[in-house]
Amino acid sequence: MDILSLFIIVPVATIVALLFSKNLRQARIIAMSGSLLQLGMAINLVFAYLKERAVSDDIMVFTKDVVWFQPFNIHYSIGVDGISVALLLLTSIVVLAGVFISWKIFDLPKEFFISLIVLSIGVYGFFISLDLFTMFVFFEVAVIPMYLLIGIWGSGPREFSAMKLTLMLMGASAVLLIGILGIYFNSGADGGVLSFNILEIAKANIPIEAQRLFFPLTFVGFAVIGALFPFHTWSPDGHASAPTAVSMLHAGVLMKLGGYGVFRVAMYLLPEGAKEWSWIFIILSVIGVVYGAFSAIKQTDLKYINAYSSVSHLGLVLFALLMLNKTAWNGAIIQSLSHGFMTALFFALIGMIYERTHTRNITELGGLLKVIPFISTIYVIAGLASLGLPGFSGFVAEMNIFVGAFQDESLFIRIATILSVTVIVITAVYILRVVGIMLMGPVRNESFLKLNKVTWFEKLGILLLLLPIVGIGVAPLWISDMILESLQPFIQGLL
Amino acid sequence: MDLSNILLMRFEVILLVVILLLIVGEIFISQAKKDAVIHLSIFLFGLHTAIGFLNLEEGRLFGGMFHTNAMIELFKNILNIGVLILLLQSGDWVKEKIMKNSRGTEFFILLFSSLLGMYFMISSGDFLMFYLGLELSTLPVAALAAYETTKRISSESGIKLILSAAMASGTALMGISFLYATSGSIYFNDIILTVGANNLTLLGFVLFIAGLAFKISLVPFHFWTADVYEGAPIAIASYLSVISKGAAVFILMILLFTVFKPLMEIWDKLLYGIAVATMFLGNLFALRQQNMKRFLAYSSIAQAGFILLGLMIGNQLGAATVMYFVLIYIFSNLAAFGVVQAISLQTGKELMGDYEGLYRTNPNLSLIMMLALFSLAGIPPVAGFFGKFFLFTAAASEGYYFLVFLAVFNVTISLYYYLLVVRAMFLRKSNNAIPYFENKIYMRLGLLIAVIGILVLGIYSPVYEYIYELSANLQ
Repeated sequence: MDILSLFIIVPVATIVALLFSKNLRQARIIAMSGSLLQLGMAINLVFAYLKERAVSDDIMVFTKDVVWFQPFNIHYSIGVDGISVALLLLTSIVVLAGVFISWKIFDLPKEFFISLIVLSIGVYGFFISLDLFTMFVFFEVAVIPMYLLIGIWGSGPREFSAMKLTLMLMGASAVLLIGILGIYFNSGADGGVLSFNILEIAKANIPIEAQRLFFPLTFVGFAVIGALFPFHTWSPDGHASAPTAVSMLHAGVLMKLGGYGVFRVAMYLLPEGAKEWSWIFIILSVIGVVYGAFSAIKQTDLKYINAYSSVSHLGLVLFALLMLNKTAWNGAIIQSLSHGFMTALFFALIGMIYERTHTRNITELGGLLKVIPFISTIYVIAGLASLGLPGFSGFVAEMNIFVGAFQDESLFIRIATILSVTVIVITAVYILRVVGIMLMGPVRNESFLKLNKVTWFEKLGILLLLLPIVGIGVAPLWISDMILESLQPFIQGLL
Repeated sequence: MDLSNILLMRFEVILLVVILLLIVGEIFISQAKKDAVIHLSIFLFGLHTAIGFLNLEEGRLFGGMFHTNAMIELFKNILNIGVLILLLQSGDWVKEKIMKNSRGTEFFILLFSSLLGMYFMISSGDFLMFYLGLELSTLPVAALAAYETTKRISSESGIKLILSAAMASGTALMGISFLYATSGSIYFNDIILTVGANNLTLLGFVLFIAGLAFKISLVPFHFWTADVYEGAPIAIASYLSVISKGAAVFILMILLFTVFKPLMEIWDKLLYGIAVATMFLGNLFALRQQNMKRFLAYSSIAQAGFILLGLMIGNQLGAATVMYFVLIYIFSNLAAFGVVQAISLQTGKELMGDYEGLYRTNPNLSLIMMLALFSLAGIPPVAGFFGKFFLFTAAASEGYYFLVFLAVFNVTISLYYYLLVVRAMFLRKSNNAIPYFENKIYMRLGLLIAVIGILVLGIYSPVYEYIYELSANLQ
């Protein structure tokens, strides 16, 4: 059994085990051990990757290729590079933290954990796929459980949000499908056979007219899930209605599929299209960055604040990817990771606050630092990480992005960069505003004085997420090296 | 004629024997144990289905009126499996609703006769055999649609079906006579040689297609569909939407890809228009349906629109993707109809609103329904996704990207209404949800086979590869 397919097999086995679980206790133990095993596998994969990388010069390592649908030349083809390894690690950490945070789910617990793990199968599969068809299959597998997760266990206008999210993401994947078919039917342009394999297509020269036509479709198809303005509206509604663990996975992992797909498929396979179209998407992503941050200032619901902050942060990822240079791309990947841990942490904390105070409206909260110091302190730390304080992962990411963006000397990009740099200040405004209103000051409500203490599983979930944020911030080089190495072939493809 | 030649008609002969056995059997089965007919029918048909998988040679009979090859054989097998699932799902219904007042044997006899007509239709080598098959497949179904004699709406459905069907087959016959007038032959092989783009041929062709389009319920020949499905017994609605439609698609495909191939420049534009209209109308009308049968009726109209995407390109890839899609569609739709059938039989409820909170009382039925709907909507990892993806690939291979765009847009619309059912079953809680009930063994078996089909047909790639190889026969 190869090391990567286990990322599909172990969750499937977990689901089968969950099907036979009898009660909440068994369900959570199975879900926890399954996710723990995946985390172990992901950590093991990092070391195995580093060892393999030292001896191998291939773009992808641990590759495996099995013919699936022979007439279409569809293969089950997997492999990883440094970027996918890092994202797999992110996924496994967030999933495990998500299981810890949903420890006390009482309504249909078995079904909840099954849906959560189906979602994670989609994400794992997406990150390891080298075949566009397989990748697309996993993409949809990741999206559809969201409907049930938000619809059944959500709050507020959950039916509306779930439907909106599913339809927008599925609509995007429909657009993406045309892009993928366009790439497929042009992959034999050099006289070779048609192929869905990313590495093979990258070698073929797709005609420029086809790139021009299919780049925007592929880009938009992926970028919708990465919250590209103006297609981001599914995300705040979805976040606000989703249960805590789902928000964590949704913002922490699912939205990363967008950036990863844009990078690995749209830009890698259609570089000429990327150059021609980048201006319009740069404009959109800058609008997303600034607009998201300004929207976050005006929100009073904690989840909406973080949802819009995600729009802003992920807009930065797309912006950095569109800069088409190595430093900015490095920043984009680190930003993906950093945002993944950070928002997951935020949503976990918001979930805990909500569970105790039964409100997410910051105007009703106040003085929480005095009554629930652990949660509040971590919230401050997460906030500081989010606004890019040195020592945390956000700083490393944003530093790389803006340094990379400034390397381009054209006036257009300069202006775009300057506009998006302002986000650093705006982020500080909305983060500090929440900290000021919610955590400092007098305790607004008598009942807040008797809030429950933090339980061990909540602490575990939080520490799990906090560790990598600090880890990347303090010692960014190891992960940065791993990513930079993997970026090399992509840069070559572009020049 | 050599007696061994008659073996080429094995499917037809055995099914005829089954029908005759049932007629004879009815005489010997006593009134007290009349549900033995159900067991007998299912057993005999199961046997027939199993025999169908034995190897059969290619060949022609009656001077080319009847022909068979591996692909036709495969399709007959597909129809057999579909009918077998349908029999399993409707056995209890016959027992509980029909056998109170009458014998019930005629249900099976009529159903098998119609299937026999379909065999002849898809094996036909000339228009005479085709027309006979078409009529034989339609008339018994009209009787079956009006079968629930205690319900007025059922009679209405029967009348609607027979009138529309008569109109449609009249139109097709008119078309056939024009084609005969221009080519001087009713044999497919002769027509291929003479067919050309003169006006009378075109008129004949269009009229003929209109007749078949009625059976597949393509827009604008779809008006009968929802009303007939709503009134007819669920088993018959299911039969119409799955078996009857599948067979009609298959023969349409054979005719388009062989006899009318020279006219491809004309019919691919025709199908383009019909496909767009069918997808949009089917999907938009499905959005507001509350009755599950009407809902599935419009959904099946929309599905027929997707099938045309594969038909349009007229080559091996198109043939393979269409057959594959039809195969998957049969399993998915039968699963959906099966659940509706089970619930209707136990509680008499057929509205979407009645399904609220179903998951908490009947989790298995809800899961089957969800899988079936996901398969119809085209969501991986269930089979429907693969069927749709390959159809779209086929259309894109000839550069119909805009049509594929319209199709995927329609997939998104369809997802909305499929999710409405999922929403009712899973998201909603209801105080008067349908209480838990146990299904009988036949129903369980019928649903089980359908679900296995939905889960396996997509992921297990040899199925598609086998169909793809066989499709080379069409060239």
